[in-house]
Amino acid sequence: MHVTSSVRTPLVTGGKTYADVTEDVSRQVEGRPTREWTIAFTISVIVLIYGTACVCWTWWEGLGVWGLNKTVGWAWDITNFVWWVGIGHAGTLISAILLLFRQKWRTAVNRAAEAMTIFAVLCAASFIVMHMGRPWMAYWALPLPNTFGSLWVNFKSPLVWDVFAISTYFTVSLVFWYMGLIPDLATIRDRARSKVSRYIYGALSLGWNGAAKTWARYEYMSLILAGLSTPLVLSVHTIVSMDFATSVIPGWHTTIFPPYFVAGAIFSGFAMVQNLMLIIRVVFRLEDYITVEHIESMNKIITLTGSIVGVAYLTEFFIAWYSGVEFETYAFINRATGPYWWAYWAMMTCNVISPQLFWIRSVRRSVVWTFVLSVIVNIGMWFERFVIIVTSLHRDYLPSSWAMFHPTLFDISDYIFSFGFFFTLFLLFAKFLPVVNMAEVKAIIKSSSEKLPVSVSGVAKGERVANPTFNKDAE
Amino acid sequence: MSDSHNNGGKFLVGIFDDDDVVLKAVKEVKEAGVRIHEVYTPFPIHGLDVALGHPRTKLGIAAFMFGLSGTLTALSLTAYTEKFDWPMIVGGKDSYSFPVYIPVIFELTVLFCALGMVGTFIVSNGLGPSVKPLMFDLRTTDNKFAMAIDLSKNGLGEGRIEQILKESGAAEVNVKQF
Repeated sequence: MHVTSSVRTPLVTGGKTYADVTEDVSRQVEGRPTREWTIAFTISVIVLIYGTACVCWTWWEGLGVWGLNKTVGWAWDITNFVWWVGIGHAGTLISAILLLFRQKWRTAVNRAAEAMTIFAVLCAASFIVMHMGRPWMAYWALPLPNTFGSLWVNFKSPLVWDVFAISTYFTVSLVFWYMGLIPDLATIRDRARSKVSRYIYGALSLGWNGAAKTWARYEYMSLILAGLSTPLVLSVHTIVSMDFATSVIPGWHTTIFPPYFVAGAIFSGFAMVQNLMLIIRVVFRLEDYITVEHIESMNKIITLTGSIVGVAYLTEFFIAWYSGVEFETYAFINRATGPYWWAYWAMMTCNVISPQLFWIRSVRRSVVWTFVLSVIVNIGMWFERFVIIVTSLHRDYLPSSWAMFHPTLFDISDYIFSFGFFFTLFLLFAKFLPVVNMAEVKAIIKSSSEKLPVSVSGVAKGERVANPTFNKDAE
Repeated sequence: MSDSHNNGGKFLVGIFDDDDVVLKAVKEVKEAGVRIHEVYTPFPIHGLDVALGHPRTKLGIAAFMFGLSGTLTALSLTAYTEKFDWPMIVGGKDSYSFPVYIPVIFELTVLFCALGMVGTFIVSNGLGPSVKPLMFDLRTTDNKFAMAIDLSKNGLGEGRIEQILKESGAAEVNVKQF
């Protein structure tokens, strides 16, 4: 028995029935690609081809094609890596943490958000491989017996922790996402008219038939996967932050990095989810499933995490002064007033000030405002990583080695590569897989829809809607 | 699926339109003395497995065991490489320094647990890319709920079972022969 508050607004509008859910979501999988999709996909593939050529040139020539120098050894590569990993946090947060907190609005957005997570982590990983310079030696990061007297990886290094964290996160997210897809793939298999799609979706759905016993095990498994993913998602950005925090560089050696990075990751991840969902809901006509309520809920999380990030910025500044460490103090004053002041203030404006506009109800319920502010948040979060990495490095302990970082064409092009890669994958997902979790939405439809699909014996149609306080619900 | 051994049987399939109705019907049909083979639904219905009398899943035990094997793998990997095979002092730490291995131990625990549990789930439910699903009604992955009754395992006549199903709220009753 689950009690639904009568003051809550419905999560699925338009009086949808179970069959409507199937129809509305499967429509775009079964139909021919739309014009918009074809145009967007073509652009993404062109960008991907250009980016791949640039990445190949980077490897062919060596990392000297980037603007790095002896002082600034990490710049756009690691900035992009941290930025993409951060974006990759929202999917698992939505599907795992919100599942544990019984936030039912997650059901409409979790599928696409998880897909976004997986593709974002792939983009992040691509920067690590690029940054290696010699990608054919990427396996050196793994603890494999080797011909150097079996010199192992250094398990005391956060960079090795990162290898384990990112690869585990990617694998578990992929498995979680795929398991969630199986019942929906079976739906598409059973509706398929052509032999080819019946065969492909049949193989992908692993012979699912929705038996009560299978469902019971499936739900149990989802709960454990959510329980595993919750600490996992928090651990990933914690470990990424330790790449910096365990060093002795002023501006990096900060104990608040783990929670501050995790909040920032959720912040940018939700902003990216907003951008993608706002487009999907219009293009695929899913406004009844991804409602203004969903957008508002996500905006509230953006405001919360944005404020946490803001507090972290101020805390860093305060501690730099309060610690009395000359180098630490200088690092922060240099951030705000040094040659990279514009990056610092872009970060402050985009991340701390702009999301505060979501305190206004009409702003956080506005599609246009949400879209614009989400883009701003992601720009701000890119600058945050740039500020942390570059401004901490470019003026080190020895003034004679102070330097500036200037991006080259290849710094920029390799970043563009990741956009081509991300959007190509995401568009393929959006066309060939159901973007909304049909089974989960059907399970919440009674407690949250405006009307019941059919009358239940003993309960007249509409009665439970007039008094939804004691709606029995699939949860 | 676990019911693959029933190939060749004759089934009576009651089709229901609503999850609450089918849950109620399961209890009524069982009370009328009919053995239910299985119920097929487009989404999970809570309490249905209990009503059908399915035993509680032991997936949690499998998950714990796989997680434990991940912990032990990570513990032995770090200990073997850093303590015995090639001891090294990094950052002034002991060659074996447990706290710095916690991230790797945690990640491998989660990895083994998740993959092992999902693998167990797939194997125990007989799922796989080449598995042909036993579908009693194609609409059960869309909007219908199907209650399958194996006629060979029930003493009651076909007509009587059909009547019981109809009385408990089935919208239609079909015969399915595998």
